[in-house]
Amino acid sequence: MNPSRKRRLAIVISVLVAAVVAVGLIVFALQRNMSYLFTPSQVQEGQATQYPTFRLGGMVKSGSIQRTSDTLKVSFIVVDDAGAMPVEYTGILPDLFRDNQSVIATGRMDSGRFIASEVLAKHDENYMPKELKDAMAKAHENRKIEDKATQDAGK
Amino acid sequence: MIPELGQFALVLALLLAIAQGVLPIVGAWRGNAALMAVARPAAAGQGVFVFASMAILIYAFLSFDFSVAYVADNSNLALPWYYRVTAVWGAHEGSMLLWVTILNVWSVALAALSRHLPQPFVARVLGVLGLIGVGFIAFILFTSNPFMRELPMPVDGGDLNPVLQDPGMTFHPPVLYMGYVGFSVAFAFSIAALLGGEMEQAWVRWARPWTNVAWAFLTLGIVAGSWWAYAELGWGGWWFWDPVENASFMPWLVGVALIHAQAVTEKRGSLPAWTVLLSLFAFSLSLLGTFLVRSGVLTSVHAFASDPRRGLYILGFLVIVIGGSLLLYAIRAPKVATGKPFAPLSRETGIMIANLLFTTAAAMVLLGTLFPLIGDALNLGRVSVGPPYFGFLFVLLMAPAVLLLPFGPYLRWGHAEGRQLTSMALRASVAAVICAIVAAFFVRGHLRAIAGVAGAVWVGAGTLAYVIKRWREMPRGRRYPAEMAGMLVAHAGVAIFLIGVMLSESLSIERDVRLAPGTSASIGGYDFRFDGVAETEGPNWRADEGTVTILRDGAPVGTMHPQKRTYSRGQVQTESAIDAGLFRDIYVALGEPMDANDVQGAWALRLYHKPFVRWIWLGGLFMMAGGFFAAAERRFRAKKAAAAVATGTEPKASLA
Repeated sequence: MNPSRKRRLAIVISVLVAAVVAVGLIVFALQRNMSYLFTPSQVQEGQATQYPTFRLGGMVKSGSIQRTSDTLKVSFIVVDDAGAMPVEYTGILPDLFRDNQSVIATGRMDSGRFIASEVLAKHDENYMPKELKDAMAKAHENRKIEDKATQDAGK
Repeated sequence: MIPELGQFALVLALLLAIAQGVLPIVGAWRGNAALMAVARPAAAGQGVFVFASMAILIYAFLSFDFSVAYVADNSNLALPWYYRVTAVWGAHEGSMLLWVTILNVWSVALAALSRHLPQPFVARVLGVLGLIGVGFIAFILFTSNPFMRELPMPVDGGDLNPVLQDPGMTFHPPVLYMGYVGFSVAFAFSIAALLGGEMEQAWVRWARPWTNVAWAFLTLGIVAGSWWAYAELGWGGWWFWDPVENASFMPWLVGVALIHAQAVTEKRGSLPAWTVLLSLFAFSLSLLGTFLVRSGVLTSVHAFASDPRRGLYILGFLVIVIGGSLLLYAIRAPKVATGKPFAPLSRETGIMIANLLFTTAAAMVLLGTLFPLIGDALNLGRVSVGPPYFGFLFVLLMAPAVLLLPFGPYLRWGHAEGRQLTSMALRASVAAVICAIVAAFFVRGHLRAIAGVAGAVWVGAGTLAYVIKRWREMPRGRRYPAEMAGMLVAHAGVAIFLIGVMLSESLSIERDVRLAPGTSASIGGYDFRFDGVAETEGPNWRADEGTVTILRDGAPVGTMHPQKRTYSRGQVQTESAIDAGLFRDIYVALGEPMDANDVQGAWALRLYHKPFVRWIWLGGLFMMAGGFFAAAERRFRAKKAAAAVATGTEPKASLA
């Protein structure tokens, strides 16, 4: 091999190695930081059991917000059309957090309750995050099919 | 009647943009001077009508013309006049009009300042800008018309999103767009060069000042946005890896690569094809960013409600621009672009490695930002990637860039010698190690803070060593030409930025506390005494205003007044109080009353102590200044005749 070919080969090999390392690291980082969004009914169906932490999305049930008077602990219930999930959070809630507001909470399950480490409410009150809207529509759809299936089974 | 004039002006602007986009390019192709001469007047005319249309929209806001749906949705009688002006770009339609307005600012500037360039080239550049204008004006007219009437006219309007009612908002979007849209000029230069087939270096020299200015504006826009998020969102963070931040960050990263690659191509004639490709990427990412966040495809705090027609149009436009330019590149670039070779140890290699790191970082951000769409397409469920993904990979990619940075100025073009490099590296690393050891005592062993100090000193000392070397070796007056001064200032900005990021990220203290009036909490050596809440009022809001006294060793050092505002439409907005300082910020935000019926009682408060957080933005401002300095290089302003002479005497003669 002449020197210029040798050099070209070295460049190609180093680029390939760099690409493999980059892809490997990206896959690694993606896998560790992927975060799934579920609605309360999807969680109750057990779809979220395999994820230690995930995001819970839905509406704050009217009248469910309860604060303690001496700590910053807040509990509330997040609902979608068919499910409900009690949530606990310690800290200051976002400005737009209130009854019937769509929220996304990040956290983990602990004995039937969702312990949130972060709660987000979208800043426009007329606006529901698209992914949440889709998730709720999907949960809704699944339920319909199941309802239909049970009806069919009942016949 | 007046709003219809605005729309009419836009229609005329569209017609002129079509003329500007088609005739000069045909003229340059056919060698028809009359057609090429259309470019400048058409650009000026389009500018006049677009500016008129923008002025009319601003007038509609100032005169409370609620018969215009966009005005009614985004302003009301109580909104102060300055926020009515910013409301113009507070939502989708107006921000698109702002985009076109700024595109025209660039086109008109280019038309005025390009007298010394060859006519066919200018015709093509302005033609490409005209075509981009066609795409955007048509988008506004057909899918997002800000002049749409709403009848019957409402008595009062809605409200500008309270988050946007902040002085930072008057400033951030126009500046950011100056940067975004500015890359369209670099894009147009590249397309013109590809069309003309004249891949000589000259065009890069003409493109460089424009690219540097655009990049500097983008830097300033991102800095302003980051500062605004910090001051206004009440979370005390300065960067969230939110889709919209990423949207502005990707063109910035590619822009960094681009301004360096342009320097290589202009001075050495190497990597011409890569430079062209980068300018195509930079503008494509600007477009993608603008549209992604504006179309609501991605969930973001900035996303406006979506309309499927817009999404479709956007997709088509992106496919045409990105696909078309890459196709042109594929056809024309191999024919004309043969870069000059360089040695493995040379400044070219250094810049190429940095280029790869920055473009990889941009690709990584793009992947993370689009991941929800990819996940959707692959049926992975509703998935997104969190900030740790970006944080981890970005640090990993930028660490080698920081390590290489001080070598840059020492590397000679073409073929560098190792001797000077090692002496610089030795000095800078000794300085870095000493400072890191000293810092270790102050930062209580936080590894990230120590690494930050070491990295910043490494970059800073390396840059300073070069400043001293130039001072010693060069005669007065030739020590720091504008281009070099810009490079040095921007590199110093990196050092300042590193200090800010690493120290504030690792040493910040954040606490959410419950405080009754008269009680206090202590963080970072300061005591925060809560003195209760009083009611106060503004033009279109009322607020609970807290009083927090800051004490150090029992002596008061300041009083802060965080607010919890309720705007006229019932939206609640936290106004944090910030006591800014060069070495630390104290940040107080009101949460909510512990008992909603007892506002005078205890409140939840969020307290922060953030050392060195200002340095983040200070570093950004240095980088921006570097961009502007470099653009002022005398060589770029050379007139036609002078340019030819200068090219002839350069080490690499392009005309040979």
